[in-house]
Amino acid sequence: MKGLFDPSILEGVEMLRILGPEGTMEEELRAPELTDQRIQELYREMVFLRLADQRALNLQRQGRMGTYAPFMGQEAAQVGSAVALGEDDWIFPSFREGAAMYMRGAPMGSIFAYWMGNEAGQRFPEGVRVMPISIPVGTHPLHAVGFALAAKMRKEPICTVSYFGDGGTSKGDFHEAMNMAGVLCAPTIFFCQNNQYAISVPRKIQTASRTIAQKALAYGFPGIQVDGNDLVAVYVATRLARERAISGQGPTLIEAVTYRLGPHTTADDPTRYRSQEEVEAWLPLDPLLRVRKYLEKCCMWDQEMEESVHAFAEEKVNRVVQEAEEFPQPAPEDIFHYTLEKMPPRLEAQLEDYLAFLKEQED
Amino acid sequence: MGKLNMVQAIQSGLMAEMQLDPTVMVLGEDVGREGGVFRATEGLQEKFGPERAMDTPLAESGIVGLALGLALNGMRPVAEIQFDGFMPPAWDQIISHISRIRTRSRGRFGAPLVIRIPYGGGIHAPEHHSEATEAVLVHTPGIKVVYPATPYDAKGLLISAIRDPDPVLFLEPKRIYRAIREEVPEEAYTVPIGEARLVREGKDVTLIAWGAMVREAERAAQMAAQEGIQAELLDLRTLSPMDDQAFISSVRKTGRAVVVHEAPRTCGLGAEIAARIQEEAILQLQAPVVRVTGFDTVVPLAKLEHHYIPSPERILRAMRQAMSF
Repeated sequence: MKGLFDPSILEGVEMLRILGPEGTMEEELRAPELTDQRIQELYREMVFLRLADQRALNLQRQGRMGTYAPFMGQEAAQVGSAVALGEDDWIFPSFREGAAMYMRGAPMGSIFAYWMGNEAGQRFPEGVRVMPISIPVGTHPLHAVGFALAAKMRKEPICTVSYFGDGGTSKGDFHEAMNMAGVLCAPTIFFCQNNQYAISVPRKIQTASRTIAQKALAYGFPGIQVDGNDLVAVYVATRLARERAISGQGPTLIEAVTYRLGPHTTADDPTRYRSQEEVEAWLPLDPLLRVRKYLEKCCMWDQEMEESVHAFAEEKVNRVVQEAEEFPQPAPEDIFHYTLEKMPPRLEAQLEDYLAFLKEQED
Repeated sequence: MGKLNMVQAIQSGLMAEMQLDPTVMVLGEDVGREGGVFRATEGLQEKFGPERAMDTPLAESGIVGLALGLALNGMRPVAEIQFDGFMPPAWDQIISHISRIRTRSRGRFGAPLVIRIPYGGGIHAPEHHSEATEAVLVHTPGIKVVYPATPYDAKGLLISAIRDPDPVLFLEPKRIYRAIREEVPEEAYTVPIGEARLVREGKDVTLIAWGAMVREAERAAQMAAQEGIQAELLDLRTLSPMDDQAFISSVRKTGRAVVVHEAPRTCGLGAEIAARIQEEAILQLQAPVVRVTGFDTVVPLAKLEHHYIPSPERILRAMRQAMSF
């Protein structure tokens, strides 16, 4: 695997692909720890995540969840990158990273509770090294750079990963983050899920660059384009980027080329800006399909297992929904408690006045 | 003890805290080798090295966003924005992230960082070097906003800001960076955030000011005394959270209030302070609250800025107005 990050790879950038759409594996590029057994485990997780994502959409349509940003089609990009990290690494997600967050230990019930409008869902348990979702596009990679820099100053062998989309690469802060990371040699990974659209605007309107990966070159560190629907390629690229980071060689940009099979959010109608033919052309590249094909070839999967995994995942999703709906309901006081560590006098007065109002309404 | 001006006091505060706490660091444009364009970080890189006194690329949003990441991971960064007029690129990070991370994470994460910004006019600078934008900052929940007016307070408030668990925007009146010298202890000490300072006692009218305007208001109060008007002067020192009780109890006593700020009038803090006064002291008020402010315009350059920035004469006129009721 050595040499993957030789800058020459960027000359006429070729997309790294290890597990092809037909389930064929480039064995020499495969990471040894990514055994067939491990791939099978990850496939089960991907099935669960796809069902969970679909359920979230359904809950929104039933009025049980607020606006939701589905990740269908991006499971390999998120799962592959999340599991390639070390236990102590941190991720800085954008709003479409439910799968990556879950794989890093954020409880799915908590993530669902957040999308149901409860901020407490973003307070992940201590030990879960997942930052809260950043809704503004492309501004949070800076935080991952700063966080990584603090770790480097203390000589802690960890890295950070910021997740963002192709749209995020148009933002100034993305470029400031890339520039800072390069100059300061920050142990961080910029993980771009190029899912081809920022709401309705296609990738070609975001940048005239031939690839997003090549942007790294301008900032003095490697960028690599990978098939984002290839679990194995994403894993390998992330692991190598992580090794670079923790060995003091600095940041890496990974462009995972993928496709958002669903809408931008539940508030969006993708038929307004893309054709059914286009979507159908991506269906054979589905990230789950090729893992299943591979496992079938290895005689590690069959229809019966597929059905039992689906049934198991359905059950698990039911529990997630129950957990989210039974999440402790926030009190009006919670609006006030987290603005500053200690509530200032004006805020105390506002809270007191509002609670008095609520009391009057009851009486 | 020694007599220090405000820049020296700030440098002394940074030096003291960096010595006491290895997580304290400074970052920004020219803060390292150069020691800051105003010399507020002089000697820090020699003493603490290039990581803890870090020269960064020229990118305000980047500096402030980086500071948040550092703060999230155990550091106590003090970021310097070179001039007030270059704050807008960093506002996005402040308003969208720094002020919200505690709420967003429901208290799991805070942002214990300081952003130092030399602010305000009066130094005959080019465009974008003379802004006073406190109202935008004070309007943003989740941050503290501090405006020292003296060298002693600057050091004590800066140390409080560095030790604060929440983000503090520390606005330094660059016009008086070197105008006042006073005794400043060499060791670390704190001046509490959120408490106004009584500069001068008086019974006739309450003057409310902060930052560079405290000195102008003080001069106006001296001029008013010649006319028999006894002004009470309050230096707010912290604009968020604001010490309401200090000016409310003073106005209850005097019955009159004049608020002074460099920033434009409309939706400036003068309006907020006037609103608080009418809420809490309307029965004691003997005159409308008078505002002496910049105009609702862009700050002019050197030839005209003395017309824009409130002068002792304008403040005196406002006091006379208040007294005429």
